Amino acid sequence: MSGHEQFGEDLALYALNALEGEARTDLEKHLSSCPTCRSELAQLRGDGALLAFSTLGPRPPLRARQRLLDAAAREGAPQATSRPARPRATALPTRRSWWGWLGWAATAAVVVFAASLWKENAALRQILQSARVQAVQNVRELEDLRRIAAPVLAPEAQRITLVAVRTRPQPQGKAFYLRNRSSLVFVANNMPSLPPQKAYELWLIPASGAPIPAGVFKPDAHGSATVVNPPLPSGTEAKAFAITVENETGATSPTMPILMMGTGE
Amino acid sequence: MKSGDQSALAELYDRYSSVVYAVALRILGDAGAAEDVLQEVFLQLWRNPAAFDAARGALGAWLAVITRNRAIDARRRRRPETDIEDVILSVAPDLAGEADRSRAAEKVRGMLAMMPAAQRSALEMAYFEGMSHSEIARKTGEPLGTIKNRIRSGLIALRKAFGG
Repeated sequence: MSGHEQFGEDLALYALNALEGEARTDLEKHLSSCPTCRSELAQLRGDGALLAFSTLGPRPPLRARQRLLDAAAREGAPQATSRPARPRATALPTRRSWWGWLGWAATAAVVVFAASLWKENAALRQILQSARVQAVQNVRELEDLRRIAAPVLAPEAQRITLVAVRTRPQPQGKAFYLRNRSSLVFVANNMPSLPPQKAYELWLIPASGAPIPAGVFKPDAHGSATVVNPPLPSGTEAKAFAITVENETGATSPTMPILMMGTGE
Repeated sequence: MKSGDQSALAELYDRYSSVVYAVALRILGDAGAAEDVLQEVFLQLWRNPAAFDAARGALGAWLAVITRNRAIDARRRRRPETDIEDVILSVAPDLAGEADRSRAAEKVRGMLAMMPAAQRSALEMAYFEGMSHSEIARKTGEPLGTIKNRIRSGLIALRKAFGG
């Protein structure tokens, strides 16, 4: 187990492709035989992806979309045995429905369902493919397979997406902060109720230094709450506001996880 | 003229192009280069849809990782290091919708704001500039061990902020 301690920090670097040299080769060797570390690596890569989601920027230029679709059309539908310049009109139904299925996956809100069906689809397709290529031993068997596969493979099949029915509206908070008067008004809606000894706490995140307590509140029966002019050190610049759950007497530093967060425009 | 195939690609593009472009633009700082990476990532997916197996994690996060790797390689003019199939990640949210994305971006930016500056900048150097740990150590004058520790605890802090 001490082997894992040694690799802990290297895993994080490796997840960001920031590990080099001997340390990297040693880690790769270790990974090939350690599922625990492989799983931690997957987690760290996911954490890294969160950094990607911190980027907010302009949308890509409109022309990029058509440029992509034109390039895709020129290349033709993806095939198992690749001959890139096949004309679109001769694409076989199985390939088109393979992509048709992927289109369904793109709209499906339930990824797990989509994933299991994808595996099933690939297996069915393979079965049908081999059935076509080989001499058909049992025509009736093939017909049965086709019947089962039809709703999954046919492009014209109706595709229904099921999503969880949302019964609770999303919590929302708005903070209005006047720095030069250290004046803060905070309004919250749809906040879930808390157990008896707990309360929400609002934090002002300054440009530098620790988060500053900015009021403790409990939602009313409708989930609404307000905080008006809590005592704050004067003239503090606010980079962000955050909400955590604390004991109802309040805390002097936030307890993870952060429930809600907002930064100013 | 649209076929069922192309509308699937268009759908994925509509859903994930803003993430892919934003990441590429942040890393490359150039709109033209970012657009090239955008094309490349989606064309790769078009040519090889089997590369993404839903067991590898959410598609949005997977695309973000692929994009980041491609953009870093472009920035440092390296040949692509990671095979598009090799990336497996877990737990990261999918965040295809605009609202989800803005909420997550707020959360991560807030978390980064709460971090000590040295930790944040080590993470950003590694992630957005593709610097290796020794390059970061050289640039900051800090020991290798310190850099490693900062990056690891930074990632774990991000994970915790999402309740993971």
